[in-house]
Amino acid sequence: MSEELQTAAAWLAEGRKVALGTVVKTWGSAPRPAGSQIAVRDDGAFTGSVSGGCIEGAIIEEALAAMKDGRTRNLEFGVSDEQAWAVGLACGGRIAIFVEPVQ
Amino acid sequence: MKPEILAALNAAPNRPLVRAIDRTTGEERLVDPSTDQSPLGLASAAAARADTSSETDIEGRTWFLEVHNPPLQLVLIGAVHIAQSLAPMAMLAGYGVTVIDPRAPFATQARFPDCKVICGWPDEALTPGALGTRSALVALAHDPKIDDPGLAAALNSQSFYVGALGSRKSHAARLARLSEAGFGDESLARIHGPVGLAIGARSPGEIAVSILAQMTQTLRL
Repeated sequence: MSEELQTAAAWLAEGRKVALGTVVKTWGSAPRPAGSQIAVRDDGAFTGSVSGGCIEGAIIEEALAAMKDGRTRNLEFGVSDEQAWAVGLACGGRIAIFVEPVQ
Repeated sequence: MKPEILAALNAAPNRPLVRAIDRTTGEERLVDPSTDQSPLGLASAAAARADTSSETDIEGRTWFLEVHNPPLQLVLIGAVHIAQSLAPMAMLAGYGVTVIDPRAPFATQARFPDCKVICGWPDEALTPGALGTRSALVALAHDPKIDDPGLAAALNSQSFYVGALGSRKSHAARLARLSEAGFGDESLARIHGPVGLAIGARSPGEIAVSILAQMTQTLRL
């Protein structure tokens, strides 16, 4: 139903590997609510967002690793005020992300 | 995520689905909150109603309930002036908008850009299943022949919001007609009429604001 999941299905249909990152918990003023998703392809291409830009790079790394070893991952990130400011978000906060391969 | 669960979510049924994930074990389950009466199903139904994904403890296990709701839908009965203001405002708030009116000069695509426009009678246009828990219906035609069949379809569905334009007097007459048609007090109480929050709205645009505000209030509070 979501654009991210539709793209993920299209990538799978092309024979690519795909992993998902999902915001499962937030503390403080996190930029994206729980349920927000990112879909990552095996070449690092991605769609969607889990933080508005601050931690997508790290999520993509973990997603690529998850595609290789087939395991899920529970990650937690603090978004510092400085980082938040750097991406144009005047907020801090902490978020938990669940990374899983689609397989 | 299993590919079959991904496929099921993308099959986009016009009803909510919830994916429950146990993050410690990686186990996932696809829950149909409209039929599943287990504790997990009931918690999923509450999450889908609230349109909020979150972690919940159920019978000693922690599940992340990932809500996959169909998009919000607004059905306007009567392709009238107020509908022309309400339709674009509702689209900005995330609704897909359908406008229904049997009068051809009213029900034109030119008057309602980006909306689904149906020139026809509401009881024929609103087939069973057309309205669900993510649907709102507002009757604006000011003509019982057009409004009443639309309201009847909404009352026979799980629409989260039903509204009808008109004064207290015309609303009382409407309730009497629908009661005659067999709707009980509990059903009739679902109709917001006179429609909208009382903000002293006068112009079509202001009335549209009051209606959209009341829809939002009903959806979120």
